[in-house]
Amino acid sequence: MLKEKVNGILDKYPASVYKNRKQHILVVDHESDNPQTITANTRTIPGIITSRGCCYAGCKGVVIGPLKDVVTITHGPIGCGYYSWGTRRNKARVDEGGDYNYLNYCFSTDLQEKDIVFGGEKKLKQAIDEVVQLLHPPTIMICSTCPVGLIGDDINAVAAWAEKEYQIRVMAFSCEGYKGVTQSAGHHIANNGLMKYVIGTGDEPAGQYSLNILGEYNIGGDGWEVERILKKIGYEITAVMTGNGSVKTLQNAHKANLNLVQCHRSINYIAEMINTKYGTDWLKVNYIGVQATVDSLRSVARYFDDPGLIARTEEVIAEELAEVMPTIEKYRKLCEGKTAAMYVGGSRALSYQDLFSDLGMETILAGFEFAHRDDYEGRDVIPFIKEDADSKNIENLVIEPDDQHYRLVLPREKYEQLKNEIPLNYFGGMIKEMRNDSVVIDDINHHEIDEFIRVLKPDIFCAGIKEKYQIHKAGIFSKQLHSYDYSGPYAGFKGAAIFARDIAMGLATPVWSLVKPPWKTEPALEGHYVEEVV
Amino acid sequence: MLDYTTAEYFSRTGIVINPAKTCQPIGAMYAALGIHRCLPHSHGSQGCCSYHRMHLARHFRDPVMASTSSFTEGAAVFGGGSNLKTAIKNIFSIYDPDMIAVHTTCLSETIGDDIPTYIAQSQIPEGKYVIHANTPSYQGSHVTGFSAMVKAMVKYLSVNSDTPNGKLNIIPGFVNTGDMREIKRMLNLMGINYIMFPDTSGVLDAPLTGKYEMYPSGGTKIEDIIDAGNSLATVALGSFASAGGAEELRKKAKVRPMVLNTPIGVRGTDKFLLAVSRATGQEIPAELEEERGQLIDVMADLHSHYHGKKVAIFGDPDVVIGLTAFLLELGMIPRYVLTGTPGEVFEREVKQMLQAAGVDGVTKSAGDLFSLHQWIKAEPVDLLMGTTYGKYIARAEDIPLVRVGFPILDRGVHSYMPILGYKGALRLIEMISNALLDRQDRDAQDEDLELMM
Repeated sequence: MLKEKVNGILDKYPASVYKNRKQHILVVDHESDNPQTITANTRTIPGIITSRGCCYAGCKGVVIGPLKDVVTITHGPIGCGYYSWGTRRNKARVDEGGDYNYLNYCFSTDLQEKDIVFGGEKKLKQAIDEVVQLLHPPTIMICSTCPVGLIGDDINAVAAWAEKEYQIRVMAFSCEGYKGVTQSAGHHIANNGLMKYVIGTGDEPAGQYSLNILGEYNIGGDGWEVERILKKIGYEITAVMTGNGSVKTLQNAHKANLNLVQCHRSINYIAEMINTKYGTDWLKVNYIGVQATVDSLRSVARYFDDPGLIARTEEVIAEELAEVMPTIEKYRKLCEGKTAAMYVGGSRALSYQDLFSDLGMETILAGFEFAHRDDYEGRDVIPFIKEDADSKNIENLVIEPDDQHYRLVLPREKYEQLKNEIPLNYFGGMIKEMRNDSVVIDDINHHEIDEFIRVLKPDIFCAGIKEKYQIHKAGIFSKQLHSYDYSGPYAGFKGAAIFARDIAMGLATPVWSLVKPPWKTEPALEGHYVEEVV
Repeated sequence: MLDYTTAEYFSRTGIVINPAKTCQPIGAMYAALGIHRCLPHSHGSQGCCSYHRMHLARHFRDPVMASTSSFTEGAAVFGGGSNLKTAIKNIFSIYDPDMIAVHTTCLSETIGDDIPTYIAQSQIPEGKYVIHANTPSYQGSHVTGFSAMVKAMVKYLSVNSDTPNGKLNIIPGFVNTGDMREIKRMLNLMGINYIMFPDTSGVLDAPLTGKYEMYPSGGTKIEDIIDAGNSLATVALGSFASAGGAEELRKKAKVRPMVLNTPIGVRGTDKFLLAVSRATGQEIPAELEEERGQLIDVMADLHSHYHGKKVAIFGDPDVVIGLTAFLLELGMIPRYVLTGTPGEVFEREVKQMLQAAGVDGVTKSAGDLFSLHQWIKAEPVDLLMGTTYGKYIARAEDIPLVRVGFPILDRGVHSYMPILGYKGALRLIEMISNALLDRQDRDAQDEDLELMM
């Protein structure tokens, strides 16, 4: 029945659009004979009101932007640098003992017509020279925008020149907006650059229980909450990629003994490449949700298998739960039984399902904006994903084990055994986690959001700023899960309590009962009974 | 906060740090949203469209709908014709707008896409329109992008059909929905028949009713823009955003252009009312004269709150020029006046105003907030006026900030409230005065905290 309704939503489309969009939507059916498949990471149909962004947004905006000790110069006209200035809420602060934080700044070469005609390299060099004079950064990264690729500026050559000239680290990322089909291409390009030029260049040793946190961008302070918990247990955090991150810490990332992966989509390349090059395993974790955080902490402890660490983990879990559960229980009463729909990024539409389930809420629709099939179907599908013209344009680095630094943290036997117990070097994707008859949808667009609201009537629809107000106009609360509506953190234990408060607040705020003016539901004219006097 | 900025100023030619402008396409998108049942379309990578929609949605806190040609590397190499034609076909069949307003991006401009030819080759349903504006991001700013789209509206639509309509055209400039409503309110009080385009009121301040409308009731009707060719005259508010459209109407339909400053403050509003009165023969009614008198009353009563205070102002050129004039009327000192938009006219006009008022001020077009901050570090001011991006400087230097202009991303309601007209001036005084007095209260010793101010 739901399937028919889904088809009804697509009926409005011209034939070619219908055929295309149908492949991006499925109704979960765990009893189906074959594993369910979905189409993802393919071109957006021109003219469709999509929410997807570009390669530059994925590279500079998502992965590179949060590195605080870097001056990131956007090489291009003004818009791209301007829009990615301070709009993502990746928080950072200067560490004790001195460090750099350039995140309040935005740097652009602001290319003009004559630069487009005669080339922009000269201006880029001049820009680097001025930045060095004014700000003395230890690292400069250059991110290129659409026209730069077309006019053929060699930003790699400029970076090499600048490294020599100023004796600082300078890196170039050719992340022109038209590359790939979404932000995802930019994640990959950024991952490649960090792997090639940063990770492995430091030599600060790491302790036995050292971790990197990957795919954690410290939105609203999420990373700080996750770090707080892990440090309380006794772990050492070597590097965070890339929220509140720095080149200074990232260069030692190969020394950590385990990589934790929060956002699989944006950072799985680095996780895999470090695994191949240095032998470090990665573990898929989820710090969004109380139960999810507990499970993740136990998995990490299980990996190191130290009785003291395991006991300390349980102690911390008990302490933290005692602190936050009364708050969460209070808000759960307001949320229980409600339904949620989510359309976010390439990871959160799944990770937040755990948090909603802590609140007694069921996710009835979930979709990603720039995910690949493995984010939906699990990593088993990767060998079967067909390369197309767009994905071929993004370089796949060939990585070999590093003679000097390759090591295995776990003996093979133990690894093989543990692999069956915790998600080691594996991610199972979204579909398996969702209930039968829920909807999974890739790159949902304006028309489909409107229609699914009508068909599924969710109590809350979480998305981004481009969708939020459309959903509000329909009288349904929409929570931004990219920027958290400027709240947060939402990760870890304390974050879960803040999320519970925010969701309860959004559902309970009296405005939703004031939408209809009384004269629309009650008669505006009053009649008077007049007794007739005879 | 902004810890690496120092007072040592040197002129830069390579790097822009903390820009005070963005690129042309967002202005074109904003203008196109001011036409009833029009869908803006971004011809380029989908990231542009996404960024512009996000930014407008954050400022207005309302849905901002626009489509994109979603270029891939293939389109960047072989041209975007096929993408645009597919887009036009899909947009009409799925979203059914009355018009698509295409604007270009740095990508499609660099490869030289020929938009008129692509439009001519597209399937456009009977009675529907597709217009376009060239808005390469490597020229001008969001303000000139707005102007380019207004010009495109005239170029594609307005016709002089020798049937004078007795109406006055108004091009309001890149201002808020609240300002557009204020302009219309003043014209209505005067009993003037007008065509205002674009008009984003009713689009980006649409009510929440429980039913989402993709095309809200607001926006200028296409037939009115066509009819703008038959009007008495065109009043263009702000030379950067509006003069282009008015000039185009003169060329195309022989409608007399009248370019005025954005009507901010007493004389700015006086000039606007006088101009529209003279152009139409309609008298300025008692209601507006009463509003003016109220404003003057408040200025006399409150002058001690702000007179002589030094201000740094930044933002879009038309709005900043209007504001500078008003600050001078208030007896304030506009010490630094900066816009990110290029154009020496801006510097000339501001310098003239400052000189006439005997004020020693620094002015710059095509400037950035790093420069502004450096100036303030070298010689501080009492008040900062500008967009949300000013909050970093405000915090770093502990200066109160009055939020005005585009964009304001960290406060609500502002877009509903005018800064234009006498009413808008009253609101500006309230904001300026409160910001300064709040600071005085915050800094006062217990024994100096005043009950009456």
